[in-house]
Amino acid sequence: MDKNKNGLHAPSAIKLPIFQDEPCCNAVKNDVTGATPRLDQPFITGTIPTKAGNVPQVQPVLTRRDRWGSVKARLGIDRMNYKVDPGLYALGNPDTSSPVLVTANYKMSFDRLRGGLPGLNAWILVLDTKGINVWCAAGKGTFGTEELIRRIAASGLQNIVSHRNLILPQLGAPGIAAHSVKKFSGFRVNYGPIRAEDLPAYLAAGMKATAAMRIMTFPLKDRAVLIPIEFVEAMKAFLIIAPVFLFLGGIAGSGSFGANAASHGLFAVTALLSAVIGGTVLNPLLLPYLPGRAFSVKGFFLGFVIAFFLLYLRGSNMQLWSGRAEAAAWFLIIPAVSGYLAMNFTGCSTYTSLSGVKREMHWALPVQIAAGAAGIVVWFASRLIAGE
Amino acid sequence: MINLVYLKNVVTLRLDEGKCTGCGMCLEVCPHGVLKMNNSAAFIQNRDACMECGACRRNCPAGAITVQSGVGCATAVINSLLGRKGGDCCCSIDSDDTGKSGCC
Repeated sequence: MDKNKNGLHAPSAIKLPIFQDEPCCNAVKNDVTGATPRLDQPFITGTIPTKAGNVPQVQPVLTRRDRWGSVKARLGIDRMNYKVDPGLYALGNPDTSSPVLVTANYKMSFDRLRGGLPGLNAWILVLDTKGINVWCAAGKGTFGTEELIRRIAASGLQNIVSHRNLILPQLGAPGIAAHSVKKFSGFRVNYGPIRAEDLPAYLAAGMKATAAMRIMTFPLKDRAVLIPIEFVEAMKAFLIIAPVFLFLGGIAGSGSFGANAASHGLFAVTALLSAVIGGTVLNPLLLPYLPGRAFSVKGFFLGFVIAFFLLYLRGSNMQLWSGRAEAAAWFLIIPAVSGYLAMNFTGCSTYTSLSGVKREMHWALPVQIAAGAAGIVVWFASRLIAGE
Repeated sequence: MINLVYLKNVVTLRLDEGKCTGCGMCLEVCPHGVLKMNNSAAFIQNRDACMECGACRRNCPAGAITVQSGVGCATAVINSLLGRKGGDCCCSIDSDDTGKSGCC
């Protein structure tokens, strides 16, 4: 912040290329000065010669292998290791006047960019963000000013292009101080549109973004693609907890273990699964239409609706205390679970602030824990009552 | 398109209009149209839409903007409460600029 107060002659204000080489188990230790991307990466189709040496070439077309990689990453398979080597790439056949696009080394970010630019020749400068997308990496600072300045120098970009313009995704702005990049590298940072598919229009307009290109929305399609990873993560916990409920459902009650497990245990498992679906599938899909601003409230609402629906279908005997207690238990547990999972969707959304999330969690997390714990106690008590 | 808005009156964004030079960089980087230009200086038009990403602060050459930036992610908050790094969420909220990531 105080960088600018010191005036222009204070290079110490920014830590220029000092390579804190943190040992990293899966990183190839070659990513410092002068490093060029490996040529044996499967999407590289050749090299093109430049004044700064050969630059690996990629095409603006995604192969089946690229698409399959995206599907796997969306499902959480090897997602943290879905990377391209940092450095400079040639998209198509760029020359000294071609635009320079900057992106992260998450393979999906890289593919989004090149796949959205049919027929365009450009340079792509990939920053080392440890395989994290632009937005998250900018928040962390790995898609950052220092890394950009270092990559510009390491790639020899000043000898490859005749102009001094870079195009960065607007969502990289939290990590990049455009004025510092200009000061230390000579390159001007131009923030392009938020979405890669708007890049051709942005370029055609002479690097001018329309107001709509600058606004981050969260349409159904964007929410839907996030469902698999949320659901898969929640299912990992579900698969551990479900057998416990199945077992506890069996041990008390009037009938045999098997009969009890099949009735109460199986209903418990169904209820939990429905809660997971509520929090990780229905919440993202219905987000704008659910009541409340806090995500937990949206999740609680879904949980109540689901609980009501399931208990209606179950048609328990509400004359009996065991039936009432079981119903009460699920009215506590299902909203607690779906509310918690819905709250965790804040991280995927495009409009929640950290201050807001903290305020929400301050009341919502205790409510979720209390409701969940009370629900489990009441549920188990309902099983014991039924056994008398 | 329904405009999604999160909680009211909670955002930490502040703009010192005295320091603002009116360059307009903050308007360009803001993904939610929070700031607008008023003759010679920017002003905050829609504070509740701010997601505290910090893009405006980082790109303000005059240092006129303050915001406690971070990622609005409950998973990351829980992970930091539990002393874990990284975790399920792609974003962790270590605000120190050491560039350490949950790599290992």
